[in-house]
Amino acid sequence: MAGLAQDAGVVLRLDGITKRFGALTANGDVSLDLKRGEILALLGENGAGKTTLMNILFGHYVADEGRVMVSPDGTGLSELEPGSPHAALQAGIGMVHQHFTLAENLSALDNILLGTERLAALSSSRAPARRKLEELMARSGLTVSLDARISQLSVGEKQRVEILKALYRDARVLVLDEPTAVLTPQESDTLFATLKKLSDDGLGIIFISHKLAEVLASSHRVAVLRGGRKVADLPTAECDRRKLAELMVGHAIVETMRSPGTPGAPLFVLEKASAGQGRDALREVDLTLKSGEILGIAGVSGNGQTTLARVISGLEPLSSGSMTLEGKGVGQTSARTMIDSGLARIPEDRHHDGIVGAMSVSENLAIEAIRKPENQRLGLLRFSAMRERARNLIKAYDIRCQSEDSPARLLSGGNIQKIVLARTLETVPKVVLAAQPSRGLDVGATSDVHKRLLAARDRGAGVILISEDLDELMRLSDRIAVIHRGHLSEAEASETLDRGSLGLRMAGHSTEDAA
Amino acid sequence: MTDILDILISANFWAAALRIATPLIFGVIGALVCERAGVLNLGIEGIFTAGAMAGWMAVWLGAGLWGGVLVAAMAGAFFGLIHAILTVPLGLSQHVSGIGVTLFATSLSYFIYRTALPDVSSPPRIEAFKPLDIPGLSDLPFLGPALFQQTPLTFLALLLVAITAYVLYRTPLGLAIQAVGDNPAAVESQGLSVYAIRIGTVVAGSAIMALGGAFLTMSAFDAFFFGMVNGRGWICIALTVFASWRPGKALIGALLFGAFDAFQVRLQTEVGSFIPGQLFLMMPYLLSIAALIVVARRADYPRALLVPYFRGQR
Repeated sequence: MAGLAQDAGVVLRLDGITKRFGALTANGDVSLDLKRGEILALLGENGAGKTTLMNILFGHYVADEGRVMVSPDGTGLSELEPGSPHAALQAGIGMVHQHFTLAENLSALDNILLGTERLAALSSSRAPARRKLEELMARSGLTVSLDARISQLSVGEKQRVEILKALYRDARVLVLDEPTAVLTPQESDTLFATLKKLSDDGLGIIFISHKLAEVLASSHRVAVLRGGRKVADLPTAECDRRKLAELMVGHAIVETMRSPGTPGAPLFVLEKASAGQGRDALREVDLTLKSGEILGIAGVSGNGQTTLARVISGLEPLSSGSMTLEGKGVGQTSARTMIDSGLARIPEDRHHDGIVGAMSVSENLAIEAIRKPENQRLGLLRFSAMRERARNLIKAYDIRCQSEDSPARLLSGGNIQKIVLARTLETVPKVVLAAQPSRGLDVGATSDVHKRLLAARDRGAGVILISEDLDELMRLSDRIAVIHRGHLSEAEASETLDRGSLGLRMAGHSTEDAA
Repeated sequence: MTDILDILISANFWAAALRIATPLIFGVIGALVCERAGVLNLGIEGIFTAGAMAGWMAVWLGAGLWGGVLVAAMAGAFFGLIHAILTVPLGLSQHVSGIGVTLFATSLSYFIYRTALPDVSSPPRIEAFKPLDIPGLSDLPFLGPALFQQTPLTFLALLLVAITAYVLYRTPLGLAIQAVGDNPAAVESQGLSVYAIRIGTVVAGSAIMALGGAFLTMSAFDAFFFGMVNGRGWICIALTVFASWRPGKALIGALLFGAFDAFQVRLQTEVGSFIPGQLFLMMPYLLSIAALIVVARRADYPRALLVPYFRGQR
């Protein structure tokens, strides 16, 4: 095979990879070539099989059929031993996982050195490693302080350590799984500039993404996965946004468009509100939500959003400042009172905080109104009435499940989110708190969530939308405020904002810097 | 007051503190090594008993003293391997497995002892380790009797603290152990085997623990008694937290405990009999609880402690 002209420059080949998990086919007969110096984007929705494919490549999983071929020295392709990360590393494959694989209690240098030396060696040779790394950092522009403990580094720095881990081992293929999920827009730009430089030096790069914009801007070639199968493999220059989106979803999509809202009177107000401790604390936050508007909260995760959501949900009391709902002070209240006063809570971690997995769909739909007369009589639950109502909601919200009695944990993420929406929005809430409502959902489920939120707004509810997805915020919000290190900027009309200025503020630059 | 001062400035007191601390040093170093790799080893109490019995029995059957030490370490490694297999590849509860190993190791040791010596009423004695005479150092005024008139196992314990610190912080293996106790995925993504490192570390740590037991029957005493370990293993688990999983601090913790214990014995004789002796016996334990409250609140636990790792699952 080695002599064929089409193999020239191919550093990695996936050949007919199939992987099944029980009845689910995660990858079906996927074949893929990666050339030297090429940036390949692997595009697909959640559950399309992107991460599974890369985990097979790196040896975390063993494929049921097919093989991985590599060309470690740039000449002939040879088969890679399946199921061995060690073999993958030896063959020059480096992988940057979505969840970083770093030991927080070690320095950056030690993390990079880990596994590169014989375990029986009597001492770690840090000095030569440091010299090689300093040279690598100078060449690639990936600077980190080598002696800092990982726990002290920012997310962007941790990602640079991950890339350096691969480069230090002289990787010829670099795989990045959703590398921009945790980065600010500016950090993402820097990352892609670095990847460009590395690919010019001959590194083959695969990055996994579901964000169309970065795929179009930063790749040479796009492979699209849908339902575990490769449905397209074409040069990025021949693609546009619409075409890629259709390939990814499988049908034409209509993006939710917002009509201007008609905001009413102030509904929900935070004044100099502080709560929590540490990095995720909330510091003297002012926020005014009017009825009939969507207020977007932008920010990189871990800047106080979680505490903000907990405060509004009534799960965490304010340490100072005030919180009022329709003029009534609710700063020191409980989750139950907040729900009873008209708050709909769409929590960030829907599997954990949104449902009780072991309970049935109908029980989950009733769980926040369990003391209302329609669900109980004299302290005894009215199961038949609950089921009846659940059947109606399942139809109205298109919740895909076997029946209202199936355990909620068996449902997909999108359908779990529909349970949460049905439960909270059916109560005709005054305030809707939506924390990362479309995170991890596919395009169809996302557009469903967006429609529901807009409908709630048009009905007169005030919606607080906490999100890390700028596209989502720009598309849905009437006004947007930015949260950084627990401080919330003043909300501005979303028409006056653009991605660039929001990104700068998410990174902590003030408005003046942005201008 | 002067009586208390008298206790503190007597060389005899410091020698006793070091002697009492020796089994704890072995135990806490062993426990610390296991926990650095992410595995809590509550088998320690039983492994102490097994080490005490196996080491003594080997010498009684005719092995040399150092041969007995080796047999004790192998007994510890055996029970460590059981604990490691149950908790690492099988991912069972480390608490349940550890308690199980303690019960199993203790009962098996008693059983073997009783089977081998069915008829003895008073435990047979062996020729135990003698204090080492180090020319020069042992003859120093005060320091000599206080520090340098110990048996070889005490010096081995001190040497082990230094070796453990070196391995943990200066060698590739130590980096891998530290990493596997913090984030096993980091180890696997660098091509190393999480299971091999964890199992190996638990086996080695358990062998070290067993030396603490061997010290009891081959150095502190010269015979094996039922119940002689008497909670020393559990103290080591607490000392590990006190030490924040650092070998140097572990040594300090064990010495502090040894000093408290030596102190209360002497205080008892000073104060006389109008305070019940049991109150004095409680003192070191109360003080270790107090020390834990102060230190453990900020303890920097290995992040993957108690968390089993399964490949491909994230």
